[in-house]
Amino acid sequence: MGVLNRVAGSKLVARLGVKAPVDRALYHATRTGFTAANRTFAATKKLTKPSRLPSAGDSGVFDLTPTEEQRMIAETVREFAAEQVRPAAAAADDKCTPPPDLLRTAASLGITLVGVPESLDGVATERSTVTNVLVAEALAHGDLGLAVACLAPAAVSNALVLWGNETQQATYLPAFTGDDVPAAALAIAEPMPLFDPMSLRTKAYRTPGGFTLTGEKSLVPLASSAELFVVAADLEGRGPALFVIESSTAGLSVDPEPAMGLRAAATGRLALSRVSVPESALLGSTESYVDCVRLSRLAWCALAVGTGAAVLEYVTGYVNDRVAFGEPVSHRQGVAFKVADIGTELDGMRLLTYRAASRAEQGKPYAREVALARKLCAAKGMAIGSDGVQLLGGHGFVKEHPVERWYRDLRAIGLMEGAVLV
Amino acid sequence: MINLEVPRKMTTLVDQARQAAMAFLRPNSRKYDQAEHTYPEELDTLAALLDGLSASGGGAGAGGVRRSSRGSKSGVVNGANLSLTLGTMEMCWGDAGLLLAMPRQGLGNAAIASVGDDDQVARYKGKWAAMAITEPDTGSDSGAIRTTATRDGDHYVLNGEKIFVTSGERADCVVVWATLDRAQGKAAIKSFVVDRDTPGFELVRLEHKLGIRASDTAHFRLDNVRVPASNLLGSPEIKPDQGFAGVMQTFDNTRPLVAAMACGIARAALEETRRLLTEAGVEIDYDRPATTQPAAAATFLELEADYEASYLLTLQAAWMADNGKPNSLQASYAKAKSGRSATDITLRCVELCGTIGYGEHELLEKWSRDAKIMDIFEGTQQIQQLIIARRLLGKTSAELK
Repeated sequence: MGVLNRVAGSKLVARLGVKAPVDRALYHATRTGFTAANRTFAATKKLTKPSRLPSAGDSGVFDLTPTEEQRMIAETVREFAAEQVRPAAAAADDKCTPPPDLLRTAASLGITLVGVPESLDGVATERSTVTNVLVAEALAHGDLGLAVACLAPAAVSNALVLWGNETQQATYLPAFTGDDVPAAALAIAEPMPLFDPMSLRTKAYRTPGGFTLTGEKSLVPLASSAELFVVAADLEGRGPALFVIESSTAGLSVDPEPAMGLRAAATGRLALSRVSVPESALLGSTESYVDCVRLSRLAWCALAVGTGAAVLEYVTGYVNDRVAFGEPVSHRQGVAFKVADIGTELDGMRLLTYRAASRAEQGKPYAREVALARKLCAAKGMAIGSDGVQLLGGHGFVKEHPVERWYRDLRAIGLMEGAVLV
Repeated sequence: MINLEVPRKMTTLVDQARQAAMAFLRPNSRKYDQAEHTYPEELDTLAALLDGLSASGGGAGAGGVRRSSRGSKSGVVNGANLSLTLGTMEMCWGDAGLLLAMPRQGLGNAAIASVGDDDQVARYKGKWAAMAITEPDTGSDSGAIRTTATRDGDHYVLNGEKIFVTSGERADCVVVWATLDRAQGKAAIKSFVVDRDTPGFELVRLEHKLGIRASDTAHFRLDNVRVPASNLLGSPEIKPDQGFAGVMQTFDNTRPLVAAMACGIARAALEETRRLLTEAGVEIDYDRPATTQPAAAATFLELEADYEASYLLTLQAAWMADNGKPNSLQASYAKAKSGRSATDITLRCVELCGTIGYGEHELLEKWSRDAKIMDIFEGTQQIQQLIIARRLLGKTSAELK
């Protein structure tokens, strides 16, 4: 019931809806260092072993009905997305930064808590990749860029729950279950063509006290305000691994890296120049890194589904209202069949995403299902984004309508790695 | 709880269907592709086996499309629609033409099971029923059919011409769509069970086709064919508001089945292509980005993703039917996606495999010929798009033509 109590309370918070204007110039100024007044991450209680969520049960029944709890959570997030996220999206895109209040409201909804076990002051009793997918989908229905901004800290807390040892969990997770959830980001992507997360240019070398990392990470959400990063690096040529790095660590610097889309997520490029971290920074194993890549891709699929649904709704209304040659343009097959194809492909994208998520939470092999969901969501998601603009004609090309933003955002689905995680 | 795996209680059935497909259909696949219009006698054994399964309630019989109402503990039903869909996929992985030629598993059987009354269901139990809708001048526009049914005492007298009747010659009876009154449009269209040996029910010819050659396609002429009034399926009254909906309702149950056939063929082609690509040294890696893999592997991933979408959309439509949820939209999603994907997948598999794919030593070229019909019968791609668009946009057939 924890989530629901929080949800009830946060609805009040949400209604206050204060919008803080952010100076665009501030974002575009190249800086090293961080805007965040960094907190000190320290364990207040000691854990004897890491807390892991058990796999979800296998009902053995084919079923497309979410549980009652999932239905309520998704509905709450959808309401938040409609009332708070969508109205803030255009300005956030323009300013390349999310409204801080919005992130606070999202955190107070319990977005990070959903994946953290009860024993670590979260609300989860078992793995629920499906719940995380439903949350991401609902948020992206509001706006994809803002969804990434809202979900970025949860990527880090989920990674700590899934692969963190007892010290890492005790040190970092309390901040994510408290009232002031820190900005945080999972940094995997690197600026290079044909980037493959399985072979990284960012390198980590062992030192007497721990590791030294050097390299560059691309399109890191909330990069300049993040207090904590989980960074992927190749460990001494033996394959990729994850490292927990506090943003105050010497040798880290951030440049703004605005892109075609996802602008509301305040993406930045993170440079690591001989960054020294202690032994305790290593998170999980190479095996868990592969899981991290898969679960991150799955989150991007969920985002594509949510935004795709937003496109479908928007164009449906538009083509029914828009009159040409004496009748609504939706009376023409050339228009109507595009809408039909959006509906068909979108439903397929959703089912592939759900299947991969349900397999993941049940502890079944899911590499194939994630790969296929990603392939479909990348191709069809982009096609939906493109048709969304096309169906509005010239009106789709101007910022009066959100479809041009969705076009830019949906291009990210097939190429992004990291940043979000379910 | 969201779970999209084959239900535990159906894994045995799927396994059995797969084995039957492997033992009875695959080995005869090429034989009846070449010997068009020859009755595949090997099917008799399999048909008897299927009858047995149906009788025991566990099989993939065409009677299975009747809507069930039994729930499980969670209230979620995994019933006859889902098992029939899964069974159909496996059988068509074996051979779609042979499945369509399966005795007593015709579309007419599905129609009788879906809209017939208990007496009719009992009367035609164990019979092989084909379905006759299309006419020389009427394809997708089934509301415009010209075959007439005129009441004469205890009988109806049927006159007209029917084409594209699957297994029409081999079946025991044919479910014929005819109008009671052309002036009253769609509402006056009813379906009648016509026994094959009825006088005046004349076979004109069998078609020569691009694919599914194991399945015969008949052309009939009906010349004063007298059928008992009790052979009319559903209500004899002409209800302007819902008459046509009755016969069209069959499609909500049969479209997922055609989608399932398409999925079966597509999976056969993908499995074979993967085997050949692996032999050629192309590995498909699910974790590395497609952009960093060989073009053949990237193509394969794209095709497999389309297959997966077809497969899940089809199971969704069947699951909704099992659970009494209206599924017209999802049935058309499944049919539209599976029809176009199966055609695309099989054709591109042929391309990937080169002359091996194109030649008759392997079955890839055959599957790409068989697949095309899946995007045509039970409503073409364009008809599915119309249905979907009307639903999504809230348009009538008068507004969105």
